[in-house]
Amino acid sequence: MQRIGVFVCWCGSNIAGTVDVQAVSDALKNEPGVVFSTNYQYMCSQAGQNMIKDAVAEHKLTGIVVCSCSPRMHEATFRKTAAAAGINPYMVEIANIREQCSWVHKDMVTGTEKAIILGKAAVAKVNLNTPLTPGESPVTKRALVIGGGIAGIQTALDIADAGFPVDIVEKKPTIGGKMAQLDKTFPTLDCAACILTPKMVDVAQNDKIRIFSYSEVTDVKGFVGNFDVTIKKHARYVKEDICTGCGACTEKCPMKKVPNEFNLGMDNRSAIYIPFAQAVPKVATIDPNYCNMLKNGKCGVCSKVCAAGAIDYKQQDEFIEEKYGAIVVATGFNPISMDKFDEFAYNQSKDVITSLEFERLTNAAGPTAGKLLRPSDLKHPHTIVFVQCVGSRCDACAEKGKEYCSKICCMYTAKHAMLTRDKYPDTDVYVFYIDVRTPGKNFDEFYRRAVEEYGVHYIKGMVGKVTPEGDKLKVQASDLLANKQLHIDADLVVLAAAIEPDKSARPLATMLTASMDTNDFFTEAHPKLRPVESPTAGVFLSGACQGPKDIPETVSQAGAAASKVIGLLAKDKLTGNPCVASSNELMCNGCSTCERVCPYGAITYENKEFRMPDRTTAIRRIAVVNPAVCQGCGCCTVACPSGAMDLRGFANSQIIAEVDAICK
Amino acid sequence: MQKITRDQLIEKAASLLANGTVSCVLGWQKGEFDYDITPAVFDTEDELKANFVWNDFCGANFSKYLVSKTKKCEGKILVFLKACDTYSFNQLLTEHRFDREKVYAVGIPCEGMADIAKVKAIAGDGISSIDCSGEKMAVTTIYEDAPVMIDAKDVLAERCVNCKSKKHVAYDELMGEDGDVIDSARFDEVAKIEAMTPDERFAFWQNELSRCIRCNACRDICPACTCEKCVFDNPNSSVENKSPANSFEEKMFHIIRAFHVAGRCTDCGECSRVCPQHIPLHLLNRKFIKDIDSFYGDYQAGAEVGSRAPLVNYTTDDLEPGEVFERGDN
Amino acid sequence: MQVKEYKPLIVAFCCNWCSYAGADLAGNNRLSYPADVKIIRVPCSCRVNPMFVLRAFQRGADGVILCGCHPGDCHYTSGNYYTRRRMALLFSMLDYLGIEKERTRVEWVSAAEGAKFAATMNDFAEKVAALGENKRLEDLRCKR
Repeated sequence: MQRIGVFVCWCGSNIAGTVDVQAVSDALKNEPGVVFSTNYQYMCSQAGQNMIKDAVAEHKLTGIVVCSCSPRMHEATFRKTAAAAGINPYMVEIANIREQCSWVHKDMVTGTEKAIILGKAAVAKVNLNTPLTPGESPVTKRALVIGGGIAGIQTALDIADAGFPVDIVEKKPTIGGKMAQLDKTFPTLDCAACILTPKMVDVAQNDKIRIFSYSEVTDVKGFVGNFDVTIKKHARYVKEDICTGCGACTEKCPMKKVPNEFNLGMDNRSAIYIPFAQAVPKVATIDPNYCNMLKNGKCGVCSKVCAAGAIDYKQQDEFIEEKYGAIVVATGFNPISMDKFDEFAYNQSKDVITSLEFERLTNAAGPTAGKLLRPSDLKHPHTIVFVQCVGSRCDACAEKGKEYCSKICCMYTAKHAMLTRDKYPDTDVYVFYIDVRTPGKNFDEFYRRAVEEYGVHYIKGMVGKVTPEGDKLKVQASDLLANKQLHIDADLVVLAAAIEPDKSARPLATMLTASMDTNDFFTEAHPKLRPVESPTAGVFLSGACQGPKDIPETVSQAGAAASKVIGLLAKDKLTGNPCVASSNELMCNGCSTCERVCPYGAITYENKEFRMPDRTTAIRRIAVVNPAVCQGCGCCTVACPSGAMDLRGFANSQIIAEVDAICK
Repeated sequence: MQKITRDQLIEKAASLLANGTVSCVLGWQKGEFDYDITPAVFDTEDELKANFVWNDFCGANFSKYLVSKTKKCEGKILVFLKACDTYSFNQLLTEHRFDREKVYAVGIPCEGMADIAKVKAIAGDGISSIDCSGEKMAVTTIYEDAPVMIDAKDVLAERCVNCKSKKHVAYDELMGEDGDVIDSARFDEVAKIEAMTPDERFAFWQNELSRCIRCNACRDICPACTCEKCVFDNPNSSVENKSPANSFEEKMFHIIRAFHVAGRCTDCGECSRVCPQHIPLHLLNRKFIKDIDSFYGDYQAGAEVGSRAPLVNYTTDDLEPGEVFERGDN
Repeated sequence: MQVKEYKPLIVAFCCNWCSYAGADLAGNNRLSYPADVKIIRVPCSCRVNPMFVLRAFQRGADGVILCGCHPGDCHYTSGNYYTRRRMALLFSMLDYLGIEKERTRVEWVSAAEGAKFAATMNDFAEKVAALGENKRLEDLRCKR
């Protein structure tokens, strides 16, 4: 039997004004288990807390009921008080007689009546409380960063800087991501490569960082502090540790007609290739879809020219298993496919391009060596039309686009327009927009420069149709401010395609049991207060996988995610929430129902030998809850048909006792 | 009359015993009366020849027995499954309740089982023997010398009149020909109750449920009720009780039981078959099935192993609980 | 014999993260609702076993309401989606048994919706009060 102390708080007149606190403490004195009951002006004050401590000592209390304000306010306070008085903090229950009683009821009689009932319910619950101790689990002091773009690079560098080992898994042959493909960056116009490639080199040279390029995560098991991850390293048919990146093989390779994905297919590369000059790791990769040696065993030129002897046609995919304490998702974004946007003639004309293709066209390392030439005839375009919001901010009913704003397009389009006018003042540049959104430091100034100093024609309105005619692109558009239709004969049309999460994100989210929104962006644990954490403990979010972001934002989020990881890895042990589910193995059917509803993957099954009543033994499948992963929602307890699954701190018996006390 | 004969089943069982495929056979044997057929385990051909029964009263669904028998029997168990039984068989596999490797399932065709209450309604009480081997069922009573001849179609059990599937969804071997899933009228009765006014519904169910004697037969026969320990037997569940000492259980037993099997109930109809008070318990289960079908899309528990039951699944645009009343069923 | 004035008894299960906080906000803003409403805190609406709902009715509750985070906003990501299915089926079953459907309700109340919480409770209490005492669940077993 518990020995319960009841402490009724006046909260000055906040409670005492509409609740007869003396009557409440008197009434609760007679409840089963209650050995002491009192009331005081401010229970949360030092004096009030001392009163509780004294009562615990004097009356040998085993449980405490505080009738006071919301548990969301002071539950933690009174739990600490209990712990200081020497009883388990989870032997405390709060009856909320302020927010849910005195503040909403005006009449003393009904207020008091209700307060007594709420107190009784809390007493009934405490009678069934058991001391709870948070579980502890160790922390593997190594982090995994999935994705090697600027987000992943920055996160990895920051974590490594704090002294923890980090592995980066990148599915492409090199790290660098989308930023490596960009020409200049807004609003300062410094070149992307100049600021990114030193960071890539830092990553390569940092002895705390390992890069698994051309690799993918194929399996994730475990939980915060203790993830077991399987990484599949695709065979690149080149020994990474031996290849010097000299490039002799790429020059000599006879198969040179492979669309170069780094330049978005606007030029060709060889079957053995290094994506770009500053690639990290700078090693060659053989594309098995095009290599004649791998396809039909006829060639072997690269092997002959490789002085280091790094070519290995027999290389196999390799699986690496590693333990991690924290996982950062930095899977980034891609422009959406333009296939559904027939009105812009993207698939009909080579001179209708996306903004990312435009980046490559203006990049000194791009297919035109930085000269702005139209892809069809390599002539200099004199009239360029930029179309904003292609696939962004679409109506919910428009199946081809996205409802959200892709955020970065207004600024990069202003950049493109400005750079074009700067380099080629003879070019007419039109930008069609819905709104120009420039809410960043020095962003609006940048956009205004494009309009005011560089004479870019900004026109509010959407382009309705682009029709290729001869060597021109007939652009039909509306000017909403002038309220008239426009017809422009353009040489080049640039589409600011919406961005979407990388396709690898969805299967990864399933592996991580991390949640996603309907657009496949990862969901944060709290949109405002925990923006870089996933709801799944130990999984953090960096960059555009969480939502569209520009580089400054991505880098700051990457740093924030790193600091969260460092905070986690700095701990030697993790203490969990003790209010978790647990299964009574004697009653468990092993039916997997609970596992199916658990949002955290906290439940696994094991076969256990049981001694049966008839003295035989039997192997039974039983559910096991990992208390370090369980967050205590209790969904499994209701799904469980036998009632074997129960939630500590909110047990079936406790809730039913509350129901009974209220309904008595 | 069943298409497949007792001798064919015995022959099959005996050969599987003889070649060592199985070490025992789960089958039917005669109980107190000819119509009172009970499940039994047979170890030898002799036992089969002596006691094995197959006729219009072999309604018992063996799936549930596999949960305990597979743990006890060395080697494989031969189980005969009617089409409807195979759904329960799959559902139990989905829930990992027995080891598939320990079972040799033989699917058998079924022409529908008889309801003894309907037989008695025609032939009267005092039945001394029933012969199902002929075209018509010959029912002899202690009062008459000549047997009453009954067409099996006239005494089909409700669940067989509304048979949902003659298709076997699980077996190692099939005897006879497989049938199809049937577009049955099994929800008509539910719809009829839904069409009543709330007062009429209440009166209907009060009349039905007030007969319950809490004998637990429905729970004990139910192939979805295979819990290691039932909440109603568990002193820590706060709802435990076997007698009306606690009024909660008396009243709520059937709602809770139906809810516990919602999404898992294959509508095998065993609960109504065994109810000594003839409470139409299947109408509770079918209400859940009908609702699940109409709210969340058609779902047949046990149709495939490993399917995600509706109550452990969701979509983000599911119907709101308040909307269920706006669906025009009252 | 003294006739006791009929006052409905309403049990409200509120999830800790949204609706319980919404109820607190109603308190902070002094938005009143009937004292007949008694709140039980649960971590998530998906913690509410249909058994608890039936238990409350059996013990004399006249109405039972569940409040949770709005769909899509569950603190545990998906708990309220399961609640929605469970309660849709349970309520439909109670309706099938002839129990007045106005006695049960699920409402999504966020931590910011103190006013909605109070308004919901006022409305629910009024509807339940109009039905009078909950006799049917008690009587389902016993034919009079």
